Amino acid sequence: MRNTFSEALYDEAKKNPDIYIVVADISPAGSMAKFSTEYPERFINVGVAEQSMIGIAAGLALRGCQPFAYTIATFSLYRPFEMVRDDLCYQNLPVTVVGMGSGVIYSTLGGTHHTQEDIAVAGAIPNMQIIAPCDPAECTEATRHCATQKVGPIYLRLGKAGEPDMTKGAEPWKFGKLRYLRRGSDVCILTYGVITKMAAQIADSLAAQGKSVSLVSCHTLKPLDREGIIEALKTHKQVIVIEEHAPQGGLAPQTKQIAWDIKATCRLDTFTLQDKFIHNYGSHDDLLAAHGLSPQRILAAVA
Amino acid sequence: MATGKNAFDADAAKLRVNRYRKRILEVSQQVQALHIGSAYSCTEIVDVVYNGLMRHGEAGGTRDIFLMSKGHGCMIQYAILEERGTLTRADMDAYCTPTGRLGCHPDHGNPGIEAATGALGHGLSMAVGMALAERGRKRDTIVYTVLSDGELQEGSTWEATLMASSFGVKNLVAFVDNNDFQSLGRTSQTHPSFYPVVEKYLAFGWESVQVDGHDSAAIHDAVASRKGDKPLMVVAKTTKGKGISYMENVPIWHYRSPNKDEYQQALKELEAAL
Repeated sequence: MRNTFSEALYDEAKKNPDIYIVVADISPAGSMAKFSTEYPERFINVGVAEQSMIGIAAGLALRGCQPFAYTIATFSLYRPFEMVRDDLCYQNLPVTVVGMGSGVIYSTLGGTHHTQEDIAVAGAIPNMQIIAPCDPAECTEATRHCATQKVGPIYLRLGKAGEPDMTKGAEPWKFGKLRYLRRGSDVCILTYGVITKMAAQIADSLAAQGKSVSLVSCHTLKPLDREGIIEALKTHKQVIVIEEHAPQGGLAPQTKQIAWDIKATCRLDTFTLQDKFIHNYGSHDDLLAAHGLSPQRILAAVA
Repeated sequence: MATGKNAFDADAAKLRVNRYRKRILEVSQQVQALHIGSAYSCTEIVDVVYNGLMRHGEAGGTRDIFLMSKGHGCMIQYAILEERGTLTRADMDAYCTPTGRLGCHPDHGNPGIEAATGALGHGLSMAVGMALAERGRKRDTIVYTVLSDGELQEGSTWEATLMASSFGVKNLVAFVDNNDFQSLGRTSQTHPSFYPVVEKYLAFGWESVQVDGHDSAAIHDAVASRKGDKPLMVVAKTTKGKGISYMENVPIWHYRSPNKDEYQQALKELEAAL
């Protein structure tokens, strides 16, 4: 996903001289290297100085530029939080804060490198928009959107590398709208980001059991497609939310809130990271499982 | 690099800063608090920037930028913007009221205000970003900013300090309003290692000089005579509450407004100063 982000950004930067990227000491691999070589004035590496990364991006935007601030998710959002809030959101500037390697993807680096509550943190700030693409192709669409919109700040929550194609043949991506990757009528799985891969496995298993399953990429977490969620709740017998995020402030509680508001009658199950720090190491799947997120457990729970 | 070397009239500056102090004193009677000591501390600095250094787009030319990093000192900026016609008397009359748009800190979107500040340690990074944007567009705009000495305790300020010199930002002129006061006492006592400041900025790759922050001509000269190949930090030695005897170096005047008797005394002192 990070490579497709870099490629999409490079393409946009070729077209628009106002696009800048302010990075905090990331390795300039792939197209990021092309960007830095071809547009050195617009590739700004602040080093290990994330507060300044956000402040400089704000200053660029205040003069009409379209900057991206880019580093590992914990350091792009948590470390410079007040700058994100005051400089970007309060001033409502069209800056994209890219959180790379979100969730528990950095599965051997420990809790300091996990981003379990970023949707809640970013989503609580007025003016902030949030996009979390589910695969490289969706990342490209999201990056193009971020590079061309002037509405305000966006937190772009990315994975890392090696995410499979989840959206081939899906309906077109549209900011702020649910995207059905497949359509069914019995069960609807709402998800976003890298864990969409696991959600697809679960959808396959449920389909093998004879159920008609919808799989939805809720890529835009803010503004959330409330009407789309309502439609999903009304048109399916069972709705399952799967997200790589803490129980508070993410897609799961918002879906429950909407379900309450409309007095939904469908069954609703939610699966999230736990509200705790874990001290496990291993693969990404190992850490998700340690948080209770595995196809086996989810399938058992939704049966 | 152009630095706005206008002919500087120190006598005119003396009249202006006295006028601004009176205007701020007048507004102080509308509210209980307006950071009067902080505004008086940097009155000469902000006056020199607006009225002696900045180019204001005359004849379609360059329009320099001023960003009040120490947002709590913004009353002096408001007073100047009112005189320049950027803000109105009605704006000042409605200061900190439900019908007004001006508060105790500069707010983005208000006329003449380049950025929302107030939280300390944000301004210098934004100023660096603005300077980079102007450089990228091949414009000769200069970004001016005023920091408090308290802001120099924020790590983010030192990040931005490193960035400005590392990125070769030449179109940035910063001042630190070095009144040696913060809420809980004298900076020189709470943070003895805070000093020296000029040497710190020199070590960070800036051009830096120290001036009397209430000597308008000296402030102007410090910028007009800069070499211009590095960002400039002018360390302006100032007195908090400058100009009013009972306010000078008394921490309570960081925030509160004078009562009626105090107002009359302050007015007399300002009139006697001319």
